[in-house]
Order: sequence, then C-alpha cells, then structure tokens
Amino acid sequence: MTDRELKLKSVLLRKNLLKYIYKAKAGHTGGSLSCIDILNVLYNRVLKVDPANFRTPDRDRYIQSKGHSVEALFVTLADRGFFPESDLETLCQYQSHYIGHPTRKVNGVEQNTGALGHGLPICVGEAIAAKLDNKEHRIFTLLGDGELPEGSNWEAILSAAHYKLDNLYAVLDNNKQQITGSNSEVMNTDSVREKLEAFGWAVKEVDGHNLEELETALNNGQFEKGKPNFIIAHTTKGKGVSYMEGVIKWHHGVPSAEQFELAQKELDEAGALI
Amino acid sequence: MELDIIEEKDLKMGKANQEVFAETLEGLAAADRDIIAVTSDSRGSGKLVPFGRKFPSQIVEVGIAEQNLVGVAAGLASAGKKAFAVSPACFLTARSLEQIKNDIAYSDNPVTLVGISAGVSYGALGTTHHSLHDFAVLRAINNMMIVAPADNFETEQAVRFAAALNKPVYLRFGKKAMPFLNESNQEFEFGKGRIVREGDDLTIIATGETVYPAWQAAKLLEDTHGVRATVVSMHTVKPLDTELLDTIISGGKPIITVEEHMVNGGLGEACASHLFQKGARNPFQLIGIPDEYTVTGSQVEIFNHYGISQEGIANQAKVLLKINQ
Repeated sequence: MTDRELKLKSVLLRKNLLKYIYKAKAGHTGGSLSCIDILNVLYNRVLKVDPANFRTPDRDRYIQSKGHSVEALFVTLADRGFFPESDLETLCQYQSHYIGHPTRKVNGVEQNTGALGHGLPICVGEAIAAKLDNKEHRIFTLLGDGELPEGSNWEAILSAAHYKLDNLYAVLDNNKQQITGSNSEVMNTDSVREKLEAFGWAVKEVDGHNLEELETALNNGQFEKGKPNFIIAHTTKGKGVSYMEGVIKWHHGVPSAEQFELAQKELDEAGALI
Repeated sequence: MELDIIEEKDLKMGKANQEVFAETLEGLAAADRDIIAVTSDSRGSGKLVPFGRKFPSQIVEVGIAEQNLVGVAAGLASAGKKAFAVSPACFLTARSLEQIKNDIAYSDNPVTLVGISAGVSYGALGTTHHSLHDFAVLRAINNMMIVAPADNFETEQAVRFAAALNKPVYLRFGKKAMPFLNESNQEFEFGKGRIVREGDDLTIIATGETVYPAWQAAKLLEDTHGVRATVVSMHTVKPLDTELLDTIISGGKPIITVEEHMVNGGLGEACASHLFQKGARNPFQLIGIPDEYTVTGSQVEIFNHYGISQEGIANQAKVLLKINQ
C-alpha cells in the first residue's frame, strides 16, 4: 500500500465507522474519529498479524484499552479481512457479536475490553510472557486520555518499567476531552510526558493524525533499551468532520440523516484532495 | 461406596492447605516451565518463598497492586502461561473483582486465582482481612469455578486439576493445619462432592475448613445419640454437585450446610436454591457467618461464636432431628 493509499484508507475508515454508527444509532463517534489514524497505521503498517490465522502464538498483540472506540477497531479489522464488512450491519443488534465494546467473539480482537484501565495490565502480562519465551513479537495498546485516572494504569506503568518491558508500546489517544468536558476540567492529567518519564518509560510525542509520524514512532524499534515505550499521539476528538471536531456532544453523539450526509460529503471532499 | 469408620484420634494431622498448595505448585513447576506464580508481595503468606528461590523465572512479583496482579495474570495466561495469581482472598476477590470478571472470566483467560488465608483465617486482624463475600461475588460471575478444598488431599488434587484445566478457577485456602478427613476415599473431581463420612440419619454439607468441624459433629452425634450423619465435602461451590444433592433429598432426612462465609450468597443458599426448586421438603439449616458486624477474635473463636463448631453443628442437627438436648 502506498502512502497515498494509506491516507485514502483513513478517509474510507472514517466514512465506514460513521456509516455503522449511523445505522446502529449508537457508538463512540468522537473518540473513534480521533484514534482511527492510529489504528490505520497499526493494522496496515505495523502489526504482524494474519487475519486467516489470527491466534498464531508469535503474532504482535494489539489490545485496545479504550474499548469504547470499538467502531474504529471493527471497521479497521473488517478492512484488513478479519471478517466480512457486511457483518457490521448487525452492530449492536440482538445476538450480534459486534457490540459496543470489543469481544473475542470477533476475529482479530485480543481481549474483551470496555471497562477502562484494563488494557495495560494485560499487556504487561503478555510482554513478560514474550520476554520469558525470548519471543520477538511486540505488544501494543491504545489508551484513552480519559482513562488515565484509573489507578490500575499506574500499577501497570510501574510494573512495566520494573520489568524493563521494551517490547511494550502504549499509544495515548490524547484528544483532551471526555464525556463530561475537557480532561483538564474533569481530572487534570497534564504533563503526561513528565509523569511517564519519571515512572521510567521512554516517551515520544507525535501528531496522531500524521500517518508518517505515527509510523516512524511505531516502526523503528524500542525508543530506549530496557524501557517501555509510550507514544503521546496528539489528536482531535471528532477529527475529519468539521462540526464534530472538538465538540463534546459528539463523544457518543449519533448524526441525524442530514448530519450523516454532510459528514460523508466532507470526507469525500477531503479524499479528493489526497 | 463403603468408607472405613474412623475415630478422631485416628485422623492423621496434615499441614495448612495453603502450604500444600505451594508444595504442589513447586512440584508442577519443576516439570512445566509454563507454570507461573504471580504474587502481590504475598509470596511469604502464600508459602511461595522456596518456589521463588527455586524457580526465579517462574514467579512474577507485582508488588501490592492486586488489580495489576489479576490483569498481568490474564496477559500471561493469554500468552499460553499457566498463571496462578496468589493473594489474600480478601483483597484478591474484592480489590480486583472487575479484573476477575472481565479479564479472567469474560475474556476466558485460564488463570487460577488462589485466595489464601481465606474466610476468617486472619481472625483478629478484622473485617478488612476477612473474605466472607468471595463465594457470593464469584458465584455471580459466569465462567468462574469456585473450589474450597477441605484437607491436604483435596488441596493437592485441586492444584493439579487447576493446572491441567485451562479454564478460569478460584481456589480458596486457609492457613490452619487440617487433618486428612478420610483416607479411604481418594476420589476427587471438580464439581463432585466428596463423601468423608457416611450415615443414614442426616447429611451435613460443608466446604473448606468447615468440613472438619462438620466431621467432628457427626462423630459426636454418633457417640452421644447413635445418630449417623453423612458428611459431604462440597469442595466445589460452583458448579454445584446437583446430582449428589438430588440423592441426598431422596431420603427426606435433614440437611445442614456449613461454610466459612457470610450466609448471604454462599454454599448454603446455593444448595437451598436447588433443593427448593426440586421440591425438597427436608428439614434444612444453613450455618455460616451472619450478616452482622463480625465478632472479633481468632478464627476458632469466631467459629465457636457462630456455631461453626463440633458442638454448634451437632446442636443444630439435634434441633432438626427433634432430639431433646
């Protein structure tokens, strides 16, 4: 896939996730749009995973701690061939496995997440196991900035540094907003870089909508030998749809028919410029 | 099955079940590099210090951080390790309940959760250190087996079964030395109650460290009143051995349940629910820790206070059997 095709993929994935949120009349719209570029790069440039043989022991792990943005994950997995995209027609419907948070009933999903602050501890276990077995695969998680106040994250952050887990990569979708308001109003998690560095992690900051920057950070090995890797991806909630960007109500707002059409039109126009 | 008739003086005294857990795990770890103990500054109370010395690469210490303990164990299990997450039952099943529910049970990561010093083992350390809720909360979680072995034999078997199970399971151990309750019955299987004493007049269904006082009560009843009780070690609280319960119902004789757990939501209520739905009319008494501010004292003092004792259980039996004191 060329760089241009990768950029077009981001547009397509945005259109798709909005399509299924609109159809299901439910979803975490703003957060899915803020992390979709990260997922696009992970699944199309970084992760060594095989949709046809997903459970091979040496695969890279991706555990989505911010399970709320499941629509972003589902459309990315469908696009990579983990399951037919038509399955998503059943999103949030009776007896569908495609529900409002990731579950292992869906091919490609590593863990059942959704309660916040769970991804990182599981990744620490996966990363320790990989080290014990001298395996080369890497462990990735996506954290939401709104879930940083969960104490379990900081337990895991301590232990990842203690065990020198440089095979572990945590990406923070730093969109600076959560359901009640801005992070700084709800619970200040400023100075994440300084906090993580003080806890013994190697930290990089990238523009979370710049595919090249994301790929460079994720694909050039450990940042520092013996330290777990933390990527602060600066993002915008609702990115790609003008009336959603930075507007709190789109945290889990569902567009009306007119709003949906407008969003698709804007994304088509953005795609035409790539 | 015909069991040997055993006098109390003949019961061979064993060790604390949690010591046997640690020794058994050590034996398994020697042969299987995938066995990993995960501890939260709990290797001392879990009797895992020798394990840690012998197999330093098979023990993962997370410090006093029980949520991380369970999350890390889930990750290890997901990567193919046979993870045993070991922590005092009071913290393991309360502090990290959401990790147990989501990361172990719901995600189906085959971790063995090992609750040590369970029930009121910590006695005078008080309610912060008691686990009288663990059966209730774990019974309400799908895909979680609950096992409280009575003696060293059941403990060793349970640890071996758990290592081979490849499913989520909670093992609950106390810290008091336990006698071998019946060496003529060497049958153990998860989900199958073990009969440690046989009789036709009533049945006492107990679990964990309360099986011993249940056995003693049965002995007392026989010696003083010629009443013969069956005593079941219902080591597996979930899934409950309903087949065995159905055979117990059939005689219509009294049934007593005993547990080191609050009366809400534990073994007794599990049995009562099944019995009532089967239309049982057997006289029934549930013995456990009542829903009140728990009396202070050692484990044995707390047991005696609430009638989880030879005398207390025998007295309840006499009430059900309408025997005058």
